[in-house]
Amino acid sequence: MLLDSKIPEGRLEDKWRNYQLKAQLINPANKKKLRVIVVGAGLAGAGAAATLAELGYRVDCFCYQDSARRAHSVAAQGGVNAAKNYQHDGDSVYRMFYDTLKGGDFRSREANTYRLAELSAPLIDHFVQQGVPFAREYGGTLENRSFGGVQVQRTFYARGQTGQQLLLAAYSQLYKMIAAGKVTMHTRSEMMDLVLVDGKAKGIIVRDLVSGELKRFAADAVVLATGGYSRVFRLSTLAIGCNGSAIWKAHKKGACFAAPSFTQIHPTALPQSSEAQSKLTLMSESLRNDGRIWVPKTKGDQRTPGEIPEEERDYYLERRYPSFGNLAPRDIASRAAKERIDAGYGVGRLKNAVYLDFKDAIARFGLEVIKDRYGNLFNMYQKITGINAYKTPMLISPAAHFSMGGLWVDYELMTTIPGLYAVGECNFSDHGANRLGANSLLQASVDGYFILPNTINNYLAGAMQGSPDTNHPAFEEAEREVRNHVDRVLGIQGSKTVDHFHRELGRVMWQECAMSRNKKGLEKAIDQIEKIREEFWRDVSVTGGDKEMNTELEKALRLADFIELGILMCTDALQREESCGAHFREEYQTDDGEAFRKDEEYSYVSAWEYQKGDFVLHKEQLKFEFVQPTVRSYK
Amino acid sequence: MQVTFKIWRQNGPKDKGKFESYPVDDLTDDMSFLEALDHLNERLVVAGKQVIAFEYDCREGICGQCGIFINGRAHGPHDHMTTCQLHMRSFKDGDTIVVEPWRAASFPIIKDLVVDRSAFDRIIEKGAYISSQTGTAPEANAILIPKSVADKAMDAAACIGCGACVATCKNSSAALFTAAKINHLNRLPQGKAEQHTRVKEMTWQMNLEGFGSCTFTGACEVECPEGISISNIAELNARLLKSKISGS
Repeated sequence: MLLDSKIPEGRLEDKWRNYQLKAQLINPANKKKLRVIVVGAGLAGAGAAATLAELGYRVDCFCYQDSARRAHSVAAQGGVNAAKNYQHDGDSVYRMFYDTLKGGDFRSREANTYRLAELSAPLIDHFVQQGVPFAREYGGTLENRSFGGVQVQRTFYARGQTGQQLLLAAYSQLYKMIAAGKVTMHTRSEMMDLVLVDGKAKGIIVRDLVSGELKRFAADAVVLATGGYSRVFRLSTLAIGCNGSAIWKAHKKGACFAAPSFTQIHPTALPQSSEAQSKLTLMSESLRNDGRIWVPKTKGDQRTPGEIPEEERDYYLERRYPSFGNLAPRDIASRAAKERIDAGYGVGRLKNAVYLDFKDAIARFGLEVIKDRYGNLFNMYQKITGINAYKTPMLISPAAHFSMGGLWVDYELMTTIPGLYAVGECNFSDHGANRLGANSLLQASVDGYFILPNTINNYLAGAMQGSPDTNHPAFEEAEREVRNHVDRVLGIQGSKTVDHFHRELGRVMWQECAMSRNKKGLEKAIDQIEKIREEFWRDVSVTGGDKEMNTELEKALRLADFIELGILMCTDALQREESCGAHFREEYQTDDGEAFRKDEEYSYVSAWEYQKGDFVLHKEQLKFEFVQPTVRSYK
Repeated sequence: MQVTFKIWRQNGPKDKGKFESYPVDDLTDDMSFLEALDHLNERLVVAGKQVIAFEYDCREGICGQCGIFINGRAHGPHDHMTTCQLHMRSFKDGDTIVVEPWRAASFPIIKDLVVDRSAFDRIIEKGAYISSQTGTAPEANAILIPKSVADKAMDAAACIGCGACVATCKNSSAALFTAAKINHLNRLPQGKAEQHTRVKEMTWQMNLEGFGSCTFTGACEVECPEGISISNIAELNARLLKSKISGS
């Protein structure tokens, strides 16, 4: 398979303009005849659906939640980056591009990453116009703060609820287009399969989560905006319903899956406290602006944090990375925490956490300033743990968070299936092997609002003839397969719950395919997951039927896909014999324990093709024309 | 820790429904309330029984999808908290905990503890936006917004759309929800162009959905997970009057 990234010609700063100049247009009268399906109604999906409808396309939008306002973009706390240089601190599009490329350890495309930075400034304009109440200075201008991995202040925020505010803006714009009759919204609906006609994406099969009915929808193009798949680890910062099923179904129908093992472990989440725990709540990275991370210098220190004097505390990020300190990027901060915890310096009841301490910041700025900046995060911390973090340090621990990997897409955000697009977190394009904080809201929004609506024309212009029809045998066939799959799950009638198997899968994935990986462990993990799969299909128990609301059935169907995805993630991690970004192979590290990247051998995007249960690797070589990859140092 | 959940079971909108009791042991203090229900559901599956349908998604208090009436209070015994943030340490060993869905005519029950809150979306549809297309925005700092105005807009914008305000209100009023959205947008300069139609259309839809009127009992602001102030409703009423006078 030839992977054509379709990078436009010209200088880096001209590429997107050159692309737009040459892209095909469709006249408004014809756009009305074209249908687009958007699966997912988060920031990327709602933005894309609303904008495509504004342009004149007929849009069907789907989400599994009861309303588009619930999508997990809502939970992003810290902010959204943009190269506005409002702080006059030397920022520029180029610097933001470089920070992002370096942050991703030079495993993303230059042209995509540059476009992300280029479109960041108009995105802020857009959201301000849509009524997002971003933080302001007293003079009325927009305020910024810092985030990990950069030395300028380019993060825009709305308290600790930036994701919520951006999502609600997108949701409002989407419902505006629903009211206008341009978008048909299907809530409580889950995509069960993708339908191909003559090799092109022409529709989906959907399960109505209230009635259990299977429904067919046809369109001229299908856009997946289904978010990340870190629930493969079970315990993660994601919503419980987040899943990888839509992209997994697309993968099995021919879409290549890129860099599946590149998953970000976030350094500042609440630690696990029991086996029954379902969720690891994130504490925004923005807290690292003012909080200092430390552990005791003595192993197994039993004293309370307040009893440990300054000279007996190890501020290990400041010690190891003096120039970035507590704002080291996420992969590095997480690994450093793991290193201390594994070495026996962890704190908390289960010794699985480190301290995030605001004592110095409160002394310096006063309690009121800290409350103004992070009040809602401190409240949230207190609600969950019962602890007042103004008085005693927060306990934090690394947790599975973001998926850099996803469906392989070209510069137009099209997958390897013609007519199938992937936007937002569910694609692999801009973040390389590690995503910088506050770039996630950015990518989801830019993909949905600005890029896809400009690139989809290029495909749809050639799709004018032959409107799709749900009576086509391909729809019948796909629906039958879905029905068989559902019946098979319900027919097992075994003895173990879905959650039992999810815990098992999560344990293996967290142990062998998270912050650090090695050959032996990954090989063992693949064996173990195969066993979990075999046992799942023999012994899972799902009560209730398929023609009703059945939350256990939903979980079982999602888990069946996660199990297969887990195998691919381990396969990918095993194949990449280097360390880069979040992918840390223990065999490939420098003398001081940093990632050892091997550019001569592994400067490519791994794109996996599904072939009857096997995975075949294709390589998209990364060409660096404008930037020379260097050793990524934050010391 | 051992408790007895007394849970409302209803197999669809037309089913009559009834309470059923479920004693559950081996719970721990640090389990969240929803994790305790997960635990109960796993027991039910092993016993070959249908699970209890209840809603959740983010489990960190921001998506607004969870919402259960617990011991007679929306989202449980604490003020300003979502159900997912409630932990079992708030209950005592041996407690009986009464678990009901949101009860409001405008939120019909789908199954067990799951209700249909799409009425909220239909209120939003009527004007909770700024009619400006993607790609048409002016430079972000071209319009200055004083910090106090942005902060007040944000206070109202924080609404998570969970419906606790409606569920707790004796009139099932959606005034706090509607007011919060209108005030968020109408306080900002970008929202001014459509301020009067927004107020009229959204409040009209609110009435059409069958939500009751507000009689200022203040119950909503106590249960609101974001602590959105009831003064928003007074502000809404003033805006409604103004929009009628303006005649637009």
